[in-house]
Amino acid sequence: MGSFIARRSLQSLVALAGLIVLVFFAARLTGSPADLYLPIDASVEARQAFNEKHGFNDPLTEQFGRFLVDLARFDLGHSIRKDRPALEVVLEAIPTTLALAAVTMTLAVAGAILVGSLAARRPGGAVDRLGSTLSLAAASAPDFWVAISAILLFAVALGWLPTSGMGTFWHWIMPVGVLLIRPFGILVQVVRGSMLGALSAPYVKTARAKGIRERTVVFVHALRNGLLPVITVAGDQAAGIVNGAVIVETIFGWPGIGKLMIDSIIQRDFAVIQASILVTAAIIFAMNIVIDLAYGLLDPRVRHA
Amino acid sequence: MSGHLLEVTDLAIRFGTTGGGVQAVDGISFHLDRGETLAILGESGSGKSVSASAIMAILDCPPGRIARGSILFEGRDLLSLPESERRRLNGERIAMIFQDTLAHLNPVYSVGWQIAETLQAHKGLSAREARAEAVRLMESVGIPEPASRANDYPHQFSGGQRQRLMIAMAMALKPALLVADEPTTALDVTVQAQILDLLREARDSTAMGMLLITHDLGVVADIADRVAVMYQGRIVETGPVREVLGNPQHSYTQRLLSAVPGREPPPARPPVADLPVFEARELTKHFPITGGLFRRPTGEAVRAVDGVSLTLRRGETLGIVGESGSGKSTLARMLLRLEEPTSGAILFEGKDVSSLAGPELLSFRRRVQVVFQDPFASLDPRMRVAEIIAEPWTIHRDVLPRARWNARIAELLSLVGLRPEHAARYPHQFSGGQRQRIAIARALALEPEIVICDEAVSALDVSIQAQILALLDQLQRAMGLAYLFIAHDLPVVRQIADRVAVMQRGRIVEQGPCEEVFERPQHPYTRALLAASPVPDPDAQAERRKARRELAGV
Amino acid sequence: MASASLPGAAGGLGARRWLAMLARDPLACLAALFLLLLVLAALLGPALIPESAGRMNLRLRNAPPFELANGWLYILGADTLGRSMLARLIEASRSTLMVASSAVALSFLIGGTLGVLAGYARGWGATLILRMADVLMSFPSLLLAVVVLYTFSPSIKNIVLVLAITRLPVYIRTARAEILELRERMFVSAARVMGAGPIRTALRHVVPFVLPTLLTLAAVDFAYVMLAESALSFLGIGIQPPDVTWGLMVAQGRGYLASAWWLAFFPGLFIMLTTLSLNLLASWLRVAADPQQRWRLEPGGKAGDAP
Repeated sequence: MGSFIARRSLQSLVALAGLIVLVFFAARLTGSPADLYLPIDASVEARQAFNEKHGFNDPLTEQFGRFLVDLARFDLGHSIRKDRPALEVVLEAIPTTLALAAVTMTLAVAGAILVGSLAARRPGGAVDRLGSTLSLAAASAPDFWVAISAILLFAVALGWLPTSGMGTFWHWIMPVGVLLIRPFGILVQVVRGSMLGALSAPYVKTARAKGIRERTVVFVHALRNGLLPVITVAGDQAAGIVNGAVIVETIFGWPGIGKLMIDSIIQRDFAVIQASILVTAAIIFAMNIVIDLAYGLLDPRVRHA
Repeated sequence: MSGHLLEVTDLAIRFGTTGGGVQAVDGISFHLDRGETLAILGESGSGKSVSASAIMAILDCPPGRIARGSILFEGRDLLSLPESERRRLNGERIAMIFQDTLAHLNPVYSVGWQIAETLQAHKGLSAREARAEAVRLMESVGIPEPASRANDYPHQFSGGQRQRLMIAMAMALKPALLVADEPTTALDVTVQAQILDLLREARDSTAMGMLLITHDLGVVADIADRVAVMYQGRIVETGPVREVLGNPQHSYTQRLLSAVPGREPPPARPPVADLPVFEARELTKHFPITGGLFRRPTGEAVRAVDGVSLTLRRGETLGIVGESGSGKSTLARMLLRLEEPTSGAILFEGKDVSSLAGPELLSFRRRVQVVFQDPFASLDPRMRVAEIIAEPWTIHRDVLPRARWNARIAELLSLVGLRPEHAARYPHQFSGGQRQRIAIARALALEPEIVICDEAVSALDVSIQAQILALLDQLQRAMGLAYLFIAHDLPVVRQIADRVAVMQRGRIVEQGPCEEVFERPQHPYTRALLAASPVPDPDAQAERRKARRELAGV
Repeated sequence: MASASLPGAAGGLGARRWLAMLARDPLACLAALFLLLLVLAALLGPALIPESAGRMNLRLRNAPPFELANGWLYILGADTLGRSMLARLIEASRSTLMVASSAVALSFLIGGTLGVLAGYARGWGATLILRMADVLMSFPSLLLAVVVLYTFSPSIKNIVLVLAITRLPVYIRTARAEILELRERMFVSAARVMGAGPIRTALRHVVPFVLPTLLTLAAVDFAYVMLAESALSFLGIGIQPPDVTWGLMVAQGRGYLASAWWLAFFPGLFIMLTTLSLNLLASWLRVAADPQQRWRLEPGGKAGDAP
């Protein structure tokens, strides 16, 4: 297990390195920031001075070298837009997104385990058919449309919930609700499938032959086995939220990392683009390792592989 | 009122809820007393395991349904007990052990926990008390270092040890009735003998009744007092083991007994000319063990095959026997050139097989064919039978003109005992035995000279096995085929082979004419194998058991 | 006797049998019907809708839906310029479906081929393909799209390319994982013993198994890609006017939520119905393409036929 984690970390580092190169050059392809930050009629000299100040005049390779040297010192550069260290800007936005992701995934996983297990108890029954169809519908819903429909209904027509911003409990309901629809739909199907398999597994027969109570059979013997595939999928979904809750953050005005990334790309704020992608990638890699560990914790066969 | 421990009367079980259901068990009755072993003997689909599930109340309902009958246990009807009361009997008064122990033990909990769970559920022991008791139970079934191994998980034990753990779990509360569903199937014969000893000991020390579900007549002869023979959902014959096996009354029992290999002296074999076609010289296959961050070879290796030399002559059958892990399948894969040997040479008509390429390799492929063990896996499920049999011809274009394919497919199907109209079906529409016939038909399509049979009859019921063996024999006589026949079952090899090689841990420990090896085994391992291989005769089996104990020095 | 003829294609199933299996699953049937209508409308749209419907008609600005007073073209209302919503939706369906299907076809072909290669070849080539997939996977796909579309103008061609590239890893990984498992199967060994070369075993015994999985994946992916394109268009970096897709229509209608809710609602509903239909059809396909499960969808196959 130890060498497995080490190998996974090494692979992640390689991928991270690839990502750094990609991000650096892709960002610079979007054009010169001088066009955005200086008045249209700015003089050539002013442009020169701007570029000189931010180091955009040097050859790309030199800029890249400087970026790497700074990176080694955990210096991710300076935000042109906010005139502050880029890392600071990013670290400010991260907790908002992480909180959103944590709440959403907790609710989605808990709900999916409940609905999925109930559906698997009686395949083909009413709960199963309703749950399967609804979860498929949930997995198919376009989030931006659900979001604005929800605003239309709950904020505009009924006036129950605030349209955007964050602060009170009521501000959380719509963003979380919209964000969890798709993970929930996908997870219900995964839970249903894996619990169906686990409940018909031979070891469940053994447990019944031992005279174990049915509740223990389902929630101790079957569930721990049934959870294994769920963890992987839930991890992917959580990574998706950390990576790009862009739509929900934009529509509901949440100052999270997704909104920050979009804004900084549009504003050609290179340092912030790089910093935010690096930080989210690092979080996702860390999450993947935690998921591997959780997998090993639940399944001894993985631990000993 | 009878005083039987268990009395089953007119039990009928149906499968499928709608009109087209299947009567899996059709009104069976039997009884079992304390301290007694009743074997329910039957082949796959006879309804024996379903009956056991019904007794344990672990039948899948739906689709299963108990249509009628009663199951009296210590005078109480199990079928009319409320669910919770019924469940409480399980594990405490009635226990069960299963066949596939890897699947039947929960993979994510330690074995100590799983044994302790029974104790906690029924006796209300504390976790610590239950664990101490679990360790003691593990020791009593012969698990070395039980205290530390209690923390290990099922996959860390061998098949024999897992069955011991299952027995420990079942015997935890000294049940009055033990249901054992094929407890030794898929275990090596030497391990099987040990497990049967353990079961016998457990039964004799607690005077429990044992209901043994099995397809193996040798196991019945070894351990059972009485036997009930099941066929197509009915009990066709029942009585003391000695009587039923010695003097079977029902035609099915007679057929079953005559299908057991090695009961009669093997048929006379046609003489074989000394023309070697296939030769292995000092063949070795090592699988390097990798480890660490970069998966580098550690320098150690699993020696799957370790210096094997053998010769196959034209038209002869060479049997290779060995238990699981002896390297016999790796040997087969190397001979088929599916696996490159680490060292050594394979000669086909004097030419080194590993140097073959192009048309020479194609000609080798045409002349050496294979029949694998698992007929479910060796046929492409997406192809119709006709396509499966014709596939060799699409590769070797010169064998048969396309216009004759259909006629030849029909011929081959008839040759292996199937009907020509089966050509249009898919493999999943056939039974295991029929599928193996399709695989044989495919192997014969190229009119090969050598067929390598890798456990080709091991997955089949004994009556089907006898048919396939007869078919192989008949084909050999008609077409002059040479077989390399790999099996773990000694009587089967004895029945079909001219010569036999015994493999243990990658090496051939003994090799010679069949008669000689089986009658006058030289190597201790061969002797141990022979002594552990059960025969369907209680008296002969008792003899063997004695011989085995002596060999083991007990 | 004569019935033992050699069937042509692998698993050769007649169109009639597929239809019969479809009929056994009412939800999948509805989904197929909806998709069929949609494709027909997209293909024949221009011929069916009178040209006048595309024209602005200020008298009908923001006409509400479900009123027949203005003729059947205005059953779903009219937009801010008085154009028929129905006509606009059909027009948008053309580019929506076109973008999604081109992107899926592209990633299916390239990703599937790379995955098969990575599964078959060992050594650095396979490693390179897999690492590339890893990097693509860890890159936020929406962000990749934003960067590329912001750099190179958001034309339809670029959108298709970006969407195809972000979905590549899914096909590569799925195809490779399947192949790794398949090449160890017994019937593949049997084919090798018969003398079949690597290309033959791949095409005859391996790819036919991977194909249904990839096709099912493509159906689900079609839904995913459609959602992604809509999201991009909604953010304003996808399809640009005068081209129109459903996602863009939702974005354009967003400003009129309070006064004319149907402007954003109907295009969103169509996105949802289309993705749902694709998902329903994909789960049906999973059963129908598997000979061992197919009997569930065949008459009288409920019992006894299973192995």
